[in-house]
Amino acid sequence: MGGSLNANHLMFLGYGALWTIGLSLIGLLGGGIAGFIIALCRISPNRIVRLLSAGYVQLIQGTPLLVIMFLTYFGLPTLGVTVSPLTAAGASLTIYVGAYLGEIWRGSIESVPKPQWEAAEGLGLSRAQRMMKVILPQAMRIATPPTVGFMVQIIKNTSLASVVGFVELARSGQIINNSLFEPFLIYTIIAVIYFALCYPISRISRRLEMRSGPARLSLGTA
Amino acid sequence: MNLNLDFAAIIERWPAFLDGALLTLQLAFIATVLGTVIGVLGAIGRRSSHPVVSRICGIYVEAIRNTPLLVQIFLVYFGLASLGLKFSAFAVAAAALTINVGAYTTEIIRAGFDSIPRGQIEAAEGLALSKAQIYWHVVMWPAIEKVYPSLTSQFVLLMLASSVTSQISAEELTAVANYVQSDTYRAFETYILVAIVYIVLSLIMRAGFWLLGLVVFPRRRRLGTPL
Repeated sequence: MGGSLNANHLMFLGYGALWTIGLSLIGLLGGGIAGFIIALCRISPNRIVRLLSAGYVQLIQGTPLLVIMFLTYFGLPTLGVTVSPLTAAGASLTIYVGAYLGEIWRGSIESVPKPQWEAAEGLGLSRAQRMMKVILPQAMRIATPPTVGFMVQIIKNTSLASVVGFVELARSGQIINNSLFEPFLIYTIIAVIYFALCYPISRISRRLEMRSGPARLSLGTA
Repeated sequence: MNLNLDFAAIIERWPAFLDGALLTLQLAFIATVLGTVIGVLGAIGRRSSHPVVSRICGIYVEAIRNTPLLVQIFLVYFGLASLGLKFSAFAVAAAALTINVGAYTTEIIRAGFDSIPRGQIEAAEGLALSKAQIYWHVVMWPAIEKVYPSLTSQFVLLMLASSVTSQISAEELTAVANYVQSDTYRAFETYILVAIVYIVLSLIMRAGFWLLGLVVFPRRRRLGTPL
């Protein structure tokens, strides 16, 4: 107890904020790769692949990220696999983000007009060529605004890594608060830093949405 | 990897999980009802011609949507405590979830309001409906009907997000899981079971909202499509 907020505390918070950004990038990259695979599986011609990927999405979207974090961090060691907080947080975010980005991207791919597929087929392109050269470039345009919007969710969700002891922004705030006990001040600072990270991205996402025509409702978690 | 899973030791604790699940549903129910009220008021406020009112509603929405729920909960729970105001964890959890989901519902319902064609309102004015009647019959209900699917998805996400309130020791499902796993040393089985319970809860909520939609929006039922 005792003491007041000083430059060292602010340095510590800054360090935490850097880890929040780092973890968000891990989540975006890992989740992006997982999501891309999920999106392709969801529209696969193979029925079993479609069913399995749909099941994955349903399972993950029905489970809180917090429980996934606990499952990887506390659950895996009981099976004999020890994981560090960073691995647990990164893996959980990848699993979670993959399910959501997969659904967003599947929707984007499916909203490319059907005649585009048919025209590409008529030109004698293979399925892979149709995908890479015709469908994905158009789907990427549709997918950009919701994907940027979802990045805000990723940043906010990294705060849950604090529960497995990973020292990112929320956890560093908790640690400082434990020594100073000025929760109102410290959590307000934390909230302001998160806001400073998220708000610009929200603005960009909204501008992209307006430019690309009809606004779609984006859902938010946590 | 030594796979010897023992779910029996966990399932034995079912009364605790049931209590936790009921508390999670209670939190979700309170936040859904109050969040809808805030959402309607917030959406009306954001469209208000009074600049101060619409500004305040805008700041509320942006502040909540761009900060994590975990930090909001800590701010309310520990912040109020440091000001000498002591509330139960459940009360704080319900309040924080309501404030949180209210911002999202405000945005969703506002989008619904914006989607009401101007001509509908003019037609209602032509029929000499009062301002209150127009808001109620022509703007609000059709708007909510339009965004009903988005609203229900948001409330299911809220129920899942309520797991975060375990961090201020509200005794909901995730908190029960933390307690059981520290007692039995069966973390993997416990969290798998809890994940399944959450999936079941979200299915129950979806079914409930579907039934509610049939009752509240008879046009949807008759035509099979939202108007």
